[in-house]
Amino acid sequence: MIPATFEYVRARSVREAISLLQQHGGRAKLLAGGHSLLPLMKLRLSQPEMLIDLGPVDELRGIREEGGSLVIGALTTHDEVANSPLVRERVPLLAECASQIGDVQVRNRGTIGGNLAHADPAADYPAAVLALEAQMECEGPAGIRTVPASQWFVDLLTTALGPDEVLCRLRVPVQTLGQGWSYTKLPHPASGYSLLGVACLVTVDGGVCRDARVAVTGAGPKAVRLAKVEQALVGGRLDEAAVAEAARLASDGLEATDDLYASAEYKRHLAVVYTKRALLRAVERARG
Amino acid sequence: MTGVRVSMTVNGVEYTRDVEPRTLLVYFLREHLGLTGTHVGCDTSTCGACTVLMDGKAVKSCTVLAVQAEGARITTVEGLARDGELHPIQQAFWDEHGLQCGFCTPGMMLAAVDLLQRNPNPTEDEIRHALEGNLCRCTGYQHIVNAVKAAARAMGAAVGAPAGGE
Ligand SMILES: Cc1cc2nc3c(=O)[nH]c(=O)nc-3n(C[C@H](O)[C@H](O)[C@H](O)COP(=O)(O)OP(=O)(O)OC[C@H]3O[C@@H](n4cnc5c(N)ncnc54)[C@H](O)[C@@H]3O)c2cc1C
Ligand code: FES
Ligand code: FES
Repeated sequence: MIPATFEYVRARSVREAISLLQQHGGRAKLLAGGHSLLPLMKLRLSQPEMLIDLGPVDELRGIREEGGSLVIGALTTHDEVANSPLVRERVPLLAECASQIGDVQVRNRGTIGGNLAHADPAADYPAAVLALEAQMECEGPAGIRTVPASQWFVDLLTTALGPDEVLCRLRVPVQTLGQGWSYTKLPHPASGYSLLGVACLVTVDGGVCRDARVAVTGAGPKAVRLAKVEQALVGGRLDEAAVAEAARLASDGLEATDDLYASAEYKRHLAVVYTKRALLRAVERARG
Repeated sequence: MTGVRVSMTVNGVEYTRDVEPRTLLVYFLREHLGLTGTHVGCDTSTCGACTVLMDGKAVKSCTVLAVQAEGARITTVEGLARDGELHPIQQAFWDEHGLQCGFCTPGMMLAAVDLLQRNPNPTEDEIRHALEGNLCRCTGYQHIVNAVKAAARAMGAAVGAPAGGE
């Protein structure tokens, strides 16, 4: 299968990409790794008239530490995130999530910015950035603005990104001592996408849970935090019974949709099972 | 439709061509350069038959535009052998019966080369994990895994032998 025809331009800077977006309005789309966009174009589910390739834009690459956060360029591939010593040491939850995306070939091409801009309901990073409370830094005609992960995912394949904006980088607060983490998913056996995935971060101090953040992807139109589970954990001791009790709340009010592979009911069931597994792993790591 | 100029190095040879932007890298290799060792097995970026190395890393060439490979170094299965001598991964697939019909084999071997460059001595689990993006309809995978193990041993034995093709 071959995409419909389109015009192709290489952007050399973020500014140039923005002005190309402004010039061509809704006809143009940005291209990063192409691993969400090109499969859709091959099936002609998406037919942009122009692709603006961000590939040559070096300012969108790189990982550095700055003021208690890691700053990760939008063009950083899943493979780079998974294997970066800095990410593995400072934000191991994100590295663990990246290492479970698709397969090696997908991780070698797909980018974190493309993944978050596309907001596929079965993508993995959305759950991780929600749990990590990352910030997305976007640049548009009006300048740079920062959107917290909690406001980024609006609906199915829809984010807070404006029409002429580029997602440039994300800022991810580094994990702290005593924080346990886990990304645990059930991959679709053919594609690798999440039938359901759970990201969690728990802070334990003197055996008591001080903070808990749990987010789920794959169930409904967008990834969400599981506030009820989090509230049930904080202030308590995290033994297996308490974790199982809290995980049971994962399906409570969770928006889930039927799709080709799984019913909404099955996904709610998976949310409980995978929340428990992810939390138990995180608690184990919090103990060190 | 206006063509876009693209230059890339394929198996050590530099090529410059004008292509339609929608040309997928796999069709550029097969139809523009006549390198038909890279196969197309699906429409969904799932099967890995089209796997090539792009700047040393395994990618699905059905999901990369030729124009995105501007300036890149590409290795296809045709670039694995050196001076008439099979690459250790090719020899190992032969010796260990790592193929039946052979359709998936070029992609399997290039995914295996990516693995062996990163991890010269992988465990069976690591091999299976690294080949997740490659489907085989024939073999049941065990012989493929054995072939990758054998290649790792052979390459470990050949001191200083580079893992990559080209
Ligand atoms: C076989 C297969 C399996 C996969 N499995 C998984 C999986 O298990 N988990 C998972 O999470 N994902 C999976 N993916 C998707 C993969 O992670 C994609 O790489 C990712 O979703 C999109 O990133 P990209 O760089 O390829 O973006 P592209 O496809 O280039 O772009 C996607 C969209 O985002 C926009 N965009 C891209 N970059 C920017 C930017 N910087 N600013 C603004 N907009 C931008 C584009 O215009 C486009 O609309 C899979 C893909 C394939 C083909
Ligand atoms: S042909 Fe490229 S993944 Fe199947
Ligand atoms: S040998 Fe036939 S598909 Fe793998």
